[in-house]
Amino acid sequence: MEKIFKGAAIFLDRSDINTDEIIPAKYLTEVTKEALKPYLLEDLKLDGFDPKGEKLKNARVVVSRQNFGCGSSREHAPWVFEVNGVHTIIAESYARIFRQNMFNGGMLAIELPKADIDALFAMDAEGDVSIAVDVDAQVITARCGADERKFNFAISEFDKALVKAGGWVEFADARY
Amino acid sequence: MGQTIAEKIFDSHLRDEPFAGTKVLNLDRVLCHEITTPVAIADLEWRGKDRVFDSSKIKAVIDHVTPSKDSKTALQAKMLRDWARRHKLQDFFDVGQNGVCHALFPEKGYIRPGFTVIMGDSHTCTHGAFGAFAAGVGTTDLEVGILKGVCAFREPATIRVNLEGALPQGVYAKDVILYVIGQLGVNGATDRVLEFVGPVVDAMTMEARMTLCNMAIEAGGTCGICMPDMVTVNYLWPFIQDDYASKEAALEDFKRWHSDADADYDQVITFDLSSLEPQVTYDYKPDCVKPVGQMAGTAVDQIYIGTCTNGRIEDLRIAAAILKGKTIAPTVRGIVSPATPRIFRTALDEGIIQIFMDAGFCVTNPTCGACLGMSNGVLAEGEVCASTSNRNFNGRMGKGGMVHLMSPATAAATAVAGVITDARTM
Repeated sequence: MEKIFKGAAIFLDRSDINTDEIIPAKYLTEVTKEALKPYLLEDLKLDGFDPKGEKLKNARVVVSRQNFGCGSSREHAPWVFEVNGVHTIIAESYARIFRQNMFNGGMLAIELPKADIDALFAMDAEGDVSIAVDVDAQVITARCGADERKFNFAISEFDKALVKAGGWVEFADARY
Repeated sequence: MGQTIAEKIFDSHLRDEPFAGTKVLNLDRVLCHEITTPVAIADLEWRGKDRVFDSSKIKAVIDHVTPSKDSKTALQAKMLRDWARRHKLQDFFDVGQNGVCHALFPEKGYIRPGFTVIMGDSHTCTHGAFGAFAAGVGTTDLEVGILKGVCAFREPATIRVNLEGALPQGVYAKDVILYVIGQLGVNGATDRVLEFVGPVVDAMTMEARMTLCNMAIEAGGTCGICMPDMVTVNYLWPFIQDDYASKEAALEDFKRWHSDADADYDQVITFDLSSLEPQVTYDYKPDCVKPVGQMAGTAVDQIYIGTCTNGRIEDLRIAAAILKGKTIAPTVRGIVSPATPRIFRTALDEGIIQIFMDAGFCVTNPTCGACLGMSNGVLAEGEVCASTSNRNFNGRMGKGGMVHLMSPATAAATAVAGVITDARTM
C-alpha cells in the first residue's frame, strides 16, 4: 500500500497511550490487517474522543504526547492505523517495539521536542490542522487557516531508508 | 575497553551495519506461535516469497489458544500447522505435544549461550537466562527473520543489576523481579539490556533465572540476560554431551560469553536482597509493587498458577508443598496450567497433580490460557485474580478484571485462605 504522509491531523492529548487502547486484545484472533479496521482506538480513554467520529475517520496524521504505543509488542497497533489511512504519528516519545513496528511497515513515528508538540497543540486549539511531512528535507509543515508553521525533525538514516524502501521486508529482501 | 555479553553476541553475529548504530544480526533461532505468525505467513505468500531461511533454526508451537476455542483461532492454528508442514520444520509442536513457548523451547534444549533469538512475543526475553540475546519483536521483524534469518537492532546499552546477599526462606525469583521492576519503573530499561549478576543469580536454578529474565520487558527492557555457568551446563548437558569432552570443557567454552570486568555499562544498580519480602502488585502496571504484608487480606475470586513466568516444575513443587493436605477456600476457584507436557508428566509422577486436585484446583492442559484472557479462565467484570503471570494491565485477564501478580508460593497460600496471604505464615 502506498504510504501518504500528509492530511488532516487528529490530536490525542495524553501520554502513555497503550497498544490495548489502540487495538484491544480480543481482536488478535484476526489474521488480516483489513479485519482490524473498525476497531481503531476503540478503548482509548480520553475525554471528548469518539472512536466512531468524523474527526478520526478523516484523520491522516496523529499528534500525541509521551511514550506512545506502550504495552504489548502486537504489530496490530500500527496496522490498524495503516488500514485507516493514518501513516504518520508525531509524538514526544515512543515505546521501543511500537516505534520499530511503524518504520518496519514503512510508516513514520516522528519524535519532536516538547516545545514543538506544545506549539502543534496550540494550533489545534485555533481550528482544524493539516500536516504535511517532507521526509527528505526532514520538515513538517502544519497549516491552520492562514497560519503556517514549519518544524524540523531528526530521523536516523536507517529509519529513513525503511520509509524509502516501503518497509523492512522490502529493505531486507533487496539487501540480504 | 572490555565488552558486555550483549556486545560480544552482537559482534559475533553481525551481518551488516547498513548505517552507523544499526546492527543487523544473524539469527540462531526464530521462534513462532499462532497469534503473531499467521499474518507474517500470509504476507510472505502474498509477496510470492513463501520460503524459510533455515527449517532447522525456526521452531513453532501452538500455545496461546489450544486446543482452538472457535473458528478464528482454529484458522490461526491451521495456518501455522500447514506452513510448518509445507516447509518441513524439524520442530513444530501441535495439540498433545505443545506447551507455553518460553517453557517448551528451553526444555527442548534449543537455546544456548551466545545465541541470538527473536520471536513475535514480548516475553522472548525469558531465553536470556541461558546467556543468549533474546528479544520480542513485531510481526514484520518476525517475517524477515523467517525469510532471511536476520534482524536489526540498535547498539545494545546494558544496565547491570547486581543482586547481592541471599534470598530469605520463602522468597523467590518472582519476588526479586517484581521488586526490581518496582524500583526501575515500567520505562526504566527501555532500549536497554538488563544483565542480572551476583550471588542471588549464582544460587538460582535455570527455572528461577527464566522467571527473572521473563519480566525484563515489564521494565521496558529489550532482553534480560544471565551469564552461563555450571548451572547452565548441567541444564543443557543432555543436549550438548556429544559436543564436549566434559562439563568442565563446556563451561570453559561458555565463559567466552561472560561480560568483561572492564565492560562499559549504561548504569550499574545494586540491590541487597537479604531481607526481601514476597512481593505483590496492585493497580494496573507491573511496577506497582508492595510487600505481601501490605496487600494481605485482599479478597480474590480466582487463583491462576502457570504461564511462561511460573508454570515450570519447580513452581508447581513450591505451590504443592503449601497445598498438600489442604483445600482451597470455598469462595475461590483455582486453576493450574503446567507449562509443558513434560512438566505435566513430572507433576503426575511426583503426586503434584494429585495434591492440586485434592485441594480443589482445576488442572488444564499446557497453554497460555488465562494470562491474556484469550481462552480459559477469563475474569468477569469486577473480579480479582491472584496470578503467577507477568502482566496486570487493565482488562488483561478479562474486561473489568483486576490481576495481582505474585509468586507460586503466595498464590498457593492465597488459594487456601481466599485472601492474599504471606505463605510464610502458614
